[in-house]
Formats: sequence, structure tokens, C-alpha cells
Amino acid sequence: MAKIVIDPITRIEGHLRIEATVEGGRVSDAWSSSTMFRGIETILKGRDPRDAWVFTQRFCGVCTTVHAIASIRCVENALKVKVPPNAELIRNIIIGIQNVQDHVIHFYHLHALDWVDITRALKADPTKTAALAASISDWPLNSAAYFKGVQDKLKAFVGRGRLGPFANAYWGHPAYKLPPEAELMATAHYLEALEWQKDIIRIHAILGSKNPHPQTFLVGGMAIAIDPDSQSALNDDKLTEIRLLLRKARAFVEQVYIPDLLAIASFYKEWAGYGGGVGNFMSYGEYPQDSSGKPEMLWMPPGIIVNKDLSRIYPVDHKKISEYVDHSWYDYSAGQGKGLHPWEGETQDNYTGPKPPYQFLDTERKYSWVKAPRYQDMPMEVGPLARMLVAYASGQKDVRKAVDGVLAKLGVGPEALFSTLGRTAARGIETLLIAQQLPVWLDRLTANIAGGDLAIHNNELWDPASWPAEVQGYGWHEAPRGSLGHWIRIKQQKILNYQAVVPSTWNASPRDAKGVRGPYEAALVGTPLADPEKPLEILRTVHSFDPCLACAVHLLDAVGNEMVRVRVL
Amino acid sequence: MGKKNGTERIGSTQERLPLSEILELNGISRRDFMKFCTAMCAVLALPAASAPRIAQALDTVARPTLVWLEFQDCAGNTEALLRASNPTVAELILDVLSIDYHETIMAAAGHQSEETLARVVKEQKGKYIAVVEGSIPLKGDGVYCCIGGRSAVDIAREVCGNALATITVGSCAAFGGIPAAHPNPTGAVGLKDAVPGATVINLPGCPLNPDNLTATVVHYLTFGKLPATDSLGRPLFAYGKRIHDACERRSHFDAGQYVEQWGDSAHRKGHCLYKMGCKGPETYNNCPTQRFNEKTSWPVGSGHGCVGCSQPLFWNTMTPFYRRLPNVPGFGVEATADKIGVGLAVATAAAFAAHGVIAAFRHGDDSEGKGED
Repeated sequence: MAKIVIDPITRIEGHLRIEATVEGGRVSDAWSSSTMFRGIETILKGRDPRDAWVFTQRFCGVCTTVHAIASIRCVENALKVKVPPNAELIRNIIIGIQNVQDHVIHFYHLHALDWVDITRALKADPTKTAALAASISDWPLNSAAYFKGVQDKLKAFVGRGRLGPFANAYWGHPAYKLPPEAELMATAHYLEALEWQKDIIRIHAILGSKNPHPQTFLVGGMAIAIDPDSQSALNDDKLTEIRLLLRKARAFVEQVYIPDLLAIASFYKEWAGYGGGVGNFMSYGEYPQDSSGKPEMLWMPPGIIVNKDLSRIYPVDHKKISEYVDHSWYDYSAGQGKGLHPWEGETQDNYTGPKPPYQFLDTERKYSWVKAPRYQDMPMEVGPLARMLVAYASGQKDVRKAVDGVLAKLGVGPEALFSTLGRTAARGIETLLIAQQLPVWLDRLTANIAGGDLAIHNNELWDPASWPAEVQGYGWHEAPRGSLGHWIRIKQQKILNYQAVVPSTWNASPRDAKGVRGPYEAALVGTPLADPEKPLEILRTVHSFDPCLACAVHLLDAVGNEMVRVRVL
Repeated sequence: MGKKNGTERIGSTQERLPLSEILELNGISRRDFMKFCTAMCAVLALPAASAPRIAQALDTVARPTLVWLEFQDCAGNTEALLRASNPTVAELILDVLSIDYHETIMAAAGHQSEETLARVVKEQKGKYIAVVEGSIPLKGDGVYCCIGGRSAVDIAREVCGNALATITVGSCAAFGGIPAAHPNPTGAVGLKDAVPGATVINLPGCPLNPDNLTATVVHYLTFGKLPATDSLGRPLFAYGKRIHDACERRSHFDAGQYVEQWGDSAHRKGHCLYKMGCKGPETYNNCPTQRFNEKTSWPVGSGHGCVGCSQPLFWNTMTPFYRRLPNVPGFGVEATADKIGVGLAVATAAAFAAHGVIAAFRHGDDSEGKGED
């Protein structure tokens, strides 16, 4: 039995390490480890809660809005601040386009090279490539001349003898199965997507001043004023620009991303049989349709699925969440073996791993900076697959139609969803649904403004002097990578305690007290490996989750904090 | 320096096609290339007449290898790079630079990726450019950030210590950034503190404006030396002016027209955000002129105050973000910007000392940042 290490896992955000044992050409066991820690929650203590979003936004520069959103929501929840409808709609647009852009970048720039061998694109016939492309999409750029141009560019690049970021990869690996024409088509769209993503994310600059790290969020609303008669506010010019960019976003998703996804997937159907994972799925729900805070008013429904059973949806109760540190580099004052609810959460970092440089981690004991969150002691997978499954099982019509359509196109049944391929497909389906929904929110915002509603911020509780002495709250958000929760406790206008339980904490979780594997670890078991020296297949499954490790590692309160009570919505 | 002695010019050891020919091959016309060079003049605060010189320099200098290291980072600067304006040409410049190592975008993984990095350090010692994103934790033998089983500080010493020069992107790599914010749980520092012997130029910001990275590289290739910097290692072409002095809302400050409440009529008309906590009067960067995302906007332009993200330890010194900078009597139409600046700086320093978070970081009002420690 050989043990292999992949460190760094590249094409992700953050620092992730996978150790795995291999038997008979398959992964027999796997350990997921995060090797970076910053301690931002400790840094937040004692600060102004209205500042928290600026700090937590820096958890991650890839999903650059999500921790700002969760943070302002948790403070608003604690203070019982109602957000004006315009601000809620602007947030929905910011969240939605973040998801669309992030998912497309993930597919082309972080995940595609696991399936596409770009070096073989040189062998493709541009005319046949154009024919292939025309058979799946009417995207106007897909001509023989265009593909020939891309191929020439690629040839010139390779001919200069330096492959730059494409050097030393697993090219030529037997697990690559696309015909050269599909490789050329995907490579062309890899480059197109690079251009497209920077264009459409200008919506964040229009509404949020810049991207990454937009800067117009506020507890109680947004800092972008609305005024049709001002150049210095959101006016009709800017709304029109957003409308055009949304059109561009949707066109690319419908005519490039989805056709490419289906075409590539059709060559890799066996991956519907690998990478299943823990089989439990959770979504907090997202996109409020009003300011009521009611779960039924969320466009994407919340819920929990247990053991792949799509016939039952359980409501999410945050009191059932707890975090273990039995295999993480932290101590609990009450000792190991017990999970703590985020309210009671404590974190004392205590690195007990090998001194660097090291070859292997001690995976029998503690091996990661990620804690092990559990829901009723069960590991949960979060992310686009979880959201689509919860919406599907809830009977949401649009989702049912989109999911069934994709399954029919690929000629597979619903069981195929519980896999590496299913995860990657669900991300595409979600992107399509959001890209189609975004103009609806923009229309509502425009209608509000036309009706004379320019409100953007609720000032009632802006002044900390108006706050009660002690409050607490939590904020939930469905980020591109899954369920994100921030918990806050405020005392005398200052942050007493802050904690985030983020998507990649759920997915990259190490084992818990009972030795139960986290989602990455469980998904890797059984993965075939043609060449353990070039573990391409491991990358496929790990990347299908879209890991984001800087987010996943955080440090909570210092020793001896009293229990934190959080008011439930 | 390098202009006279060709052997010192970076990348001069590689024989390559002139850039303009490579660009032609990639479908970029000479005209587009000149437009790019003119745009670079603007970022670098050079007269447009310098464009031919930049073009000539870019054309004749072979471009060196670049390796991009990520430590205690959020990848925000990597994402900023992906949004670079002047996109086609700028990305090609970077492509032509040969980015041999960058965890977030590279195809290789695991030991194959680390082999690539080791090869660059060995075979191109003293000739490659290192870019660093994220701070470096020194506490506990560096265990708070390990890559491939090695600590960040170990990697930084080797890679940056052997580089021709290191460019830090973002405030974490430049000054420690958010991991170094009070109480700095992991002993995080900026690159210069982790590898004192390295040649470093700092491009802080959270994240940086990618145009400033491109301009720094172009400056390097054109003139054969790093751009002039302030005492914090920041190039003067980008960080030489206060935000406040180039701000589009400055006239409202001088006229005493302030936003009093989010969404009020002053906010809608684009009046000054000073009373909402804007840190523009204390911050050096070119955000107001360079803007972000293809010059679409910047924080103050969109209606939120500047948070001072290109200043050292801004997470300590500029917070709370919504508290206005200490009130200085006498500002308004009759006061000059410099008088106000001096007053603000002194008062702010006093407030920070009183607050006891950290020592005051600024003692004067030198527009080039001298006198900051």
C-alpha cells in the first residue's frame, strides 16, 4: 500500500494538501489538510461591528463578496435592522453575478484542465472543431477561422519553448479522453472566458466600486446612493450598463458554458460513478424576495437531505451544528471527543504536526487547520450540488426542469447526481438559473426607482449609541461554494465574539471524533488512479468541490469566553 | 544602470523575438501596442512623448521569468490581476513574461509544481522576478503557512533571496496586512521583514490596482531599474499623492459640503464623505485617477469612504472605519490642503497613541511618505 501526497493542490484558492493511500489502482483512504492559518476572528474582537464586513471580506479574494454579505446580515440580525428593498435587490444582483462569474471561472480556469489536455488541441482540425461547436451551439465566434486563430496562437506559444503556467502538468495522461477538436474548442473558450469574466464583473464595480473586494456594503443597506438626476449616484445610465452586462453574462452561459459542459461530460460519463462523498447535503437558502427574513421567501430553498434520500427534506436548525477538533490543530478546554456549537465555540490553536520541512502529516492524530463541522453529528456536503438537490427535492419547477433536461441529455438517471460529474453539472445548472433570474431583480430595482423609491440605507440604528448593551445574531448566505454562516455577539458596541462556519470548512473537513471522514475524504475513496505519480483523478474529484481554503480556516475566541446566545430569526 | 551595461538588463540572456512581432503573431497590431505604451505613460506619470521609448524598450528587451508566490493570502491580488484593464496587451505582456509558477492558475500540482519552482530558482538565479502575495507568519517556526511541507518563510528566503527583485502585491505581502492586525495571532510580517536582504518594491492596496503592477514591470523593462519609491518602498508614480488631493469630491470638501447620512441628498449629489469616516486625507494611492475594473469606479466615487488600505497597519490605524478623522479647526474654503493635511496627521497620530492600539505611524505630512516608520 503506497501513500501519496499532493501538496500544493493547485488551481484552488488557498493552501490544500491531500494525502492518500492507494491499493489495487484505487484510492483506499484519503486525508484532507489545510496548511494555512491567519486568525482573523481573533483580530475582530473588540472592534466596531459595523467594520466587521471589511475584515471578513478578506477571508477570501475569490468569493470576494460572500463574507461581507454574511457579516452585514449577522449584525443586522443582531440589531433587528430591516434593510430597504432597493438595498436587498442590489445585494441580490451582486450575489448573483458573483455566483455566475465564479462558477464560470471555476469551470474553465480551475477545473477544465482536469478534463482537457490543451497540448492535444494542436492536433485538432479547425474545420471539424467548428462543425463540432456548431452542432452544440450557435455562438457566433465558433468558426473555423476563429479556431484556427486560437490554434495558431497556441502553436506560437508552445513554439517559444516556455509553457509558463501550463508547464509540467499531467499532459498525455491516459485518463484524458476528449477528441482533439473538443480540446481545441475548450481551449478557445478558456481564453474567451478570461476576457468575459473581467467584463461582466464590472457590475460589481458599478454597484460596489471595484472587484475584487467591493466596498459599498453597509450594515443597514448599501453605500451607493440612488438618484436618476445625479451623475454621482446609481442612475439610468448605470442601470442600462448593468442590463447590457447581464445580457452578455447570460449569453455566454447559455451558448458557451452549458454546451461545453454537456459536451465534455458526455465523454466522461463514468465519472457519474465516482466521487460520491458523504451523501448528506445542506443549503441555507438564498436570495430574499422581500425584507421579511422568512425562509419561504427565499428564491433558492433551504433544507437538508440525508443519505441521498430525495423524498425527504429536513428544515435547517442551526442549533444542531457543532464543530469537532479531534483531528484539527486546536484544543478544547473541556477536552477532545465533543463537538461544540458555534455559540459555545472556542479555539485555541495548538500545532502538534511535524516541524517543517516534512514529508507526511500524522494523519492518525491531528492533521489540519480546518475544524470538523457536523450537523447532528453528520458530515454535510454544501455547494451548488447541495442547493440543486434541495431545490429539486423541494419540487421547485425551474430546477426540476433544468436538472431533468441535463440528465436526459447525458442519458443518465438522478443517481448520477451523487458524483464528481454531478457536482460539476449542478454548478452549471445553477449558473444558468441565476443568469436567467438576474434581469428580473434588475427590473424590480428599476421599477422601484421609477416609482420614486430612492431609499438605500436604514439609518435608524446606524449610531452605536442607539444599540442595546448586549445583542447577538447570525447571518446566513449561500456562497458559490455553499452554506456560509457568521455568528456575532456584541457588547457595549464592540465585538465580543465572532465566528464563521464556511462552505469549505464543511467540505474540506477532516475526520471527527468518531473517525468519520469529511466530504473530500469520503469522495476520494474508490477513485481509480492510472498512475499514482500523476494523480489526475484525485484532482478531478477535489476540484469538483471548488475548494476555497483561505475561507475554511479561522480562529474563534480566546480562552474562557462565556457561552454565547444567539437570537434565532 | 542597465541602460549602459546591457549585461545587467533583466532578461538579456534570452534571445527572443521582438515583442511587437510576438504580439503581431497573437493578433495585436502595432497600433494597439503603441496605445498600450501610451496608457502606461499615463499610469507612470510620464509625458506621452515617452511612449516610443517604452515601446522600443519593450521591443528589444527579452522578458524574464516571473514566479508568483502565495502565502497568508486571500488570492484577492491574483483575482485583481485577472481583472487587469488594458487586458489583451497587458495579459500578453504577462504571458510573454512567462509566469512559470502561480498556484491559483497553474496546471501542474503537487511535487511537479514544486519542481518547476525549484528549477527556476536554480537555473535562473538572480534573473527572475518574484511576486509575493500574502503575509508570512514567523511564529512557531512558521507552521501557520506551509506549502509542499515547507514553511512560507523558508520558501520566501530561497525564492526571493535569489530573485533579481521581488514585487509585493497587496498590503499583506507589503506590510503584513490583515493577519498582522492586532493582536497578530500568527506573528505575520511583510516580505521585507521576513527576508531583509531581498530587493523589494511594495505595491500595497487591498487588493492592489493591477495597472500599477503592469506599470511597475513596464518601468523596469523600459528603464532597467526599479521606479523611485517613498520610504515605504512604494513607487511614487502610483503612491506619490494623497487620495484626498486627487479626489473628485475634493471641491465639496473645500466648500464644506458633506454627506451627513447614507442616502441623504448630499450623498446622492456626490458630496464629500469626510464625515462618514473617509480616510482619503491620510492615504497615498492613485485610486481616484486610475480607478478599478477598466476605470469603472473606485470606492469614494461610488459613495463609500476610503478605508486607507494602502497604508501600513491600516487595520489598526484606520479603524473604526466610520469614525471621521480627528476634527481639525479651520478647514474649509480658506484653508489649503497642506495645512489641513498637517493638522489631520498630527491629530490622528495623537488619537492613535491615545487609543493605544499601536504606536502612531505617521509623524509628518511629507507627500512622499517620508517620515513614516
